[in-house]
Amino acid sequence: MAEIIIKQVAKSFGTFQALHSIDMTIRDREFMVLLGASGCGKTTLLRIIAGLETPSQGEVWIGGRRVDHLPPRERGIAMVFQNYAVFPHLTVFENIAFGLRMKKLPQQEIDKRVNRTAELMHIEQLLKRYSGQLSGGQRQRVAVARALAMEPDVILMDEPLSNLDALLRLEMRAELKGVLAESKSTAIYVTHDQVEAMSLADRISVMNGGKIVQNASPVEIYRDPAARFVGSFIGNPPMNFIKANRQDIGRWRVAGLDLYGPSHGASSLEFAIRPEDLTIGEGGFIATARVVEPLGAHTLVTCEVDGKPFRAVLDSDLKVAPGDVLTLIPKPDRIRWFDPETLLAV
Amino acid sequence: MQSRFLPYMLLAPATLFLAVFFVYPFVQIGILAFSSGDGFTMGHIQTMASHWKFGTALWNTVLLTAIIVPIQLALALSMASIVTKLKTGRSTILFVFAIPLGLSDLAAGIIWLAIFEQSGFLNSMLAGLGVIEQPILFLGYQNMWVIFAAVVLAEIWRATAIMMVILVSGMGLIPKEYYEAAEVFGASPWKRFTKVTLPLLRPSLQTALILRTIAAFEVFAVVVALGGTTLPVLMGETYQWQFTMRDRNVAAAYAMVILGISIAATLVFLRLLRVPKEARL
Ligand SMILES: Nc1ncnc2c1ncn2[C@@H]1O[C@H](COP(=O)(O)OP(=O)(O)OP(=O)(O)O)[C@@H](O)[C@H]1O
Ligand SMILES: [Mg+2]
Repeated sequence: MAEIIIKQVAKSFGTFQALHSIDMTIRDREFMVLLGASGCGKTTLLRIIAGLETPSQGEVWIGGRRVDHLPPRERGIAMVFQNYAVFPHLTVFENIAFGLRMKKLPQQEIDKRVNRTAELMHIEQLLKRYSGQLSGGQRQRVAVARALAMEPDVILMDEPLSNLDALLRLEMRAELKGVLAESKSTAIYVTHDQVEAMSLADRISVMNGGKIVQNASPVEIYRDPAARFVGSFIGNPPMNFIKANRQDIGRWRVAGLDLYGPSHGASSLEFAIRPEDLTIGEGGFIATARVVEPLGAHTLVTCEVDGKPFRAVLDSDLKVAPGDVLTLIPKPDRIRWFDPETLLAV
Repeated sequence: MQSRFLPYMLLAPATLFLAVFFVYPFVQIGILAFSSGDGFTMGHIQTMASHWKFGTALWNTVLLTAIIVPIQLALALSMASIVTKLKTGRSTILFVFAIPLGLSDLAAGIIWLAIFEQSGFLNSMLAGLGVIEQPILFLGYQNMWVIFAAVVLAEIWRATAIMMVILVSGMGLIPKEYYEAAEVFGASPWKRFTKVTLPLLRPSLQTALILRTIAAFEVFAVVVALGGTTLPVLMGETYQWQFTMRDRNVAAAYAMVILGISIAATLVFLRLLRVPKEARL
């Protein structure tokens, strides 16, 4: 049992507040992905859970034990560091075996685990090399293998696949998901790659500016962003936003269209729609195509609506050229609304 | 073209200086040690080796080194580990530790003499405390081991800092992330020291050990200050033969012995603490 509970954890570096009162629960054996832009505090949070950084306030619990005053080695964790931290004076084999030797496992068991994880990470032919003789991506895989070999209660991974080429990344992603699903480890996985986040996570926590903005399943994060930031950060291309003015109770004027919306007291809201939730038809937004990017199955059209950029992903059968005027209808059940004051969903 | 030769040209004056003032006299000493009026001879070496003090001097020198250097290494390593962990006041502490470095070895010897001699601090203190009634003669030839211990103390006091300074700078080069990784993967503080610090510190350990060992083989002024000629050491004997017995050839032979054991020690350390190129930091 290794449930992780984070209670009101905050962290300041001098006057700079990197984390603001984070609350989070990661269930036993859950795969939690921390997603957020560069500098939002993902690594800091991971280091606090690992015990490499002391929180300025708050509590960290792992498996029913309060751990924030314990050294890292007493927390039952393993970690993949963002900068790998593969020991230069040890071979790949000894790097992977490091933690196992510290646990004083028998040599036979060490051999078994090192070989298995090395195979998994496709580095079995590199076992005799030193870190200095590896590429960045190979070093990163050594770091992942070293953590997996521990078979820990909690595995913390800080962008463990960031340095791999697209194909290898896809493959490793699947391997990781498979291994961790079979293991008894609770995983926290940091990334700023949303596709990776979507494909791996049981649950995603989206961070922004040292806060958790939303914590939900991948689909929910995508479909029902709890904040404007999530909508604009998740999805490629991201959500479109248009200013909406209140006409009447529950009726809003959006770029020339009258739409039913929430009966909210504010005089203006933000209308939001994903680019793929638009269809061409009568009585939609009047959009002038500016850039047309064929993506194969779909075509990404960047238009202008109300003088602002507005993206639509359309079927590639549709012939669109720059300068064409389109009418785009939003799918009613996919429309979302945000409060421009709080930036939260309404 | 020009840039390829530039470094060599810039180094040329220093190389020339070393060649003239170091290699040349060095060769001269080599010639002195192995030649007489009519060519090559082992005579001087034999004279040296058959003198009754040679064995004692060699034994004392090697024993002093074998005791002093490991103690210094242990002290320097622990002090450097502590200093490296300091967040503030690091340079002040380094400065304080480095004060003895500013003293010549003779001055250091005299300071310790002032402590141990019959009218010295130690005797006055013991008398003041009522432990003794008569001052004790610590440094007499009857108490050879006291002289020996005093030399060890003085040398440790005087020359540990140089090792520490080298090790502190070496430890500063080890990235923090390796300690963090070791910590996460279950290494206790002692394991982190033996599994991360020591192996990654090998280049600095090499430098520090070679410097200190060579200097220890040349121990002289401190021994003279504390024991006169009661405790013969190689460098002292070289001095004796050169200036008291006025036999430059045997003095040169002694110099050759010191050179020989210094080179041997250097080679041992180079081999023992070798870091393969691919395993460097
Ligand atoms: N030791 C430190 N001292 C001062 N500021 C720090 C320190 N460590 C991190 N920060 C700051 O805290 C913020 C969060 O850093 P963190 O490393 O957690 O970001 P991140 O989300 O992991 O970013 P990235 O995706 O680029 O790795 C950053 O603004 C960073 O500058
Ligand atoms: Mg980071």
